[in-house]
Amino acid sequence: MSADIDTKKILTEPLVNNNPITLQVLGICSALAVTSQMSTSLIMAVALTAVTACSSAAISSIRNHIPGSIRIIVQMTIIASLVIVVDQILKAFAYEISKQLSVFVGLIITNCIVMGRAEAYAMKNPPMASFIDGIGNGAGYSLILIIVAFFRELFGSGKLLGIEIFPLTKDGGWYDPNGLMLLPPSAFFIIGLLIWTFRQWKPGQNEKADFKIMDISHGEGGHH
Amino acid sequence: MNEYVSLFIKAVFVENLALAFFLGMCTFLAVSKKISTAIGLGVAVMVVQVITVPVNNLVYHTLLKEDALSWLGITGVDLSFLVLLSCIGMIAALVQILEMILDKFFPTLFHALGVFLPLITVNCAILGGSLFMIERDYDFTQSVVYGVGSGFGWALAITVMAGVREKLKYSDIPKGLEGLGITFISAGLMSLGFMAFSGIQL
Repeated sequence: MSADIDTKKILTEPLVNNNPITLQVLGICSALAVTSQMSTSLIMAVALTAVTACSSAAISSIRNHIPGSIRIIVQMTIIASLVIVVDQILKAFAYEISKQLSVFVGLIITNCIVMGRAEAYAMKNPPMASFIDGIGNGAGYSLILIIVAFFRELFGSGKLLGIEIFPLTKDGGWYDPNGLMLLPPSAFFIIGLLIWTFRQWKPGQNEKADFKIMDISHGEGGHH
Repeated sequence: MNEYVSLFIKAVFVENLALAFFLGMCTFLAVSKKISTAIGLGVAVMVVQVITVPVNNLVYHTLLKEDALSWLGITGVDLSFLVLLSCIGMIAALVQILEMILDKFFPTLFHALGVFLPLITVNCAILGGSLFMIERDYDFTQSVVYGVGSGFGWALAITVMAGVREKLKYSDIPKGLEGLGITFISAGLMSLGFMAFSGIQL
């Protein structure tokens, strides 16, 4: 059945080939900010995936009734309402984590992945496909978030999900934590290197350079 | 007075929205290829930030906060869960109004900022500024100062970034790191530089 193949493609495409963070450059803000611990990034990943999937499905089911001129406001309202639900749920059941995430749950509203998928996919496709597309893109985002958080928490505090992996020197172990990993700049570095890795693996994602260094060793380099 | 100066410095350097909280990163990376466009966007963000943070502050304190409706004789109502919806609605509406006003009275400025204004509604730096203001419970004057400071800090960051990228395009970068990769790494180095301000006490 062709529908099955499509589902698989919609789900797996955004993981590596069309990853929202490394290729579409969407939703980077929160990807950097919440990744100093695994637990916060997992919660964030789940929250974002849920919001993207539900908002895509909702927007797609009313897409034929939204007037073009006010579609952004309609999308915003749907997304904001969903985010309020997520925020209230987190406050009720995971208060500690919701305190750590502070404003970043609210910022899911302006997370470009949610808006971007609503605009680029859900406005043109039926609800079920949009829902799956939302999950796929949420998963692509989650993948990057979890990789970054893994490195940051492991090397920054020697732990994963709060469980000690490397015994720290201050507790008599051997690992001296790298404090830089817990600070904002390390997230930039890790994502930069991650993009490098992805592009080595899939050279088709390389960007064209604006300028090439002229190769003058072959003689006729300089016609001015 | 001293308190406000210190809040301003803190908002511009120590808690720079772009480099310490990564807000508005999508536009920060997408529109920082040329200094002139970066300055245009930076100014637009600053203008919107200066207006939206205080307005959201007023809305929050007179309508949404717990018992805020007591001036209407209604007590015991807590609408603070509506903060997200009201903030983003306010921002979208204000950006729209700003666009109309600029179009009518300052056409030159409108043409300079025109393309960037719609982008700003979905810029997390704007919403983030308002949410930080609410979370830290700033009063009205503080929110004005914070709006100016955070907007200026963001504009400063994107302008500096554009300056770096204009030079960077002439350099010989390993394949695969070109474009986005090296931009991330240079943003990281800049953010490292801005961290040097974090010890400042005023």
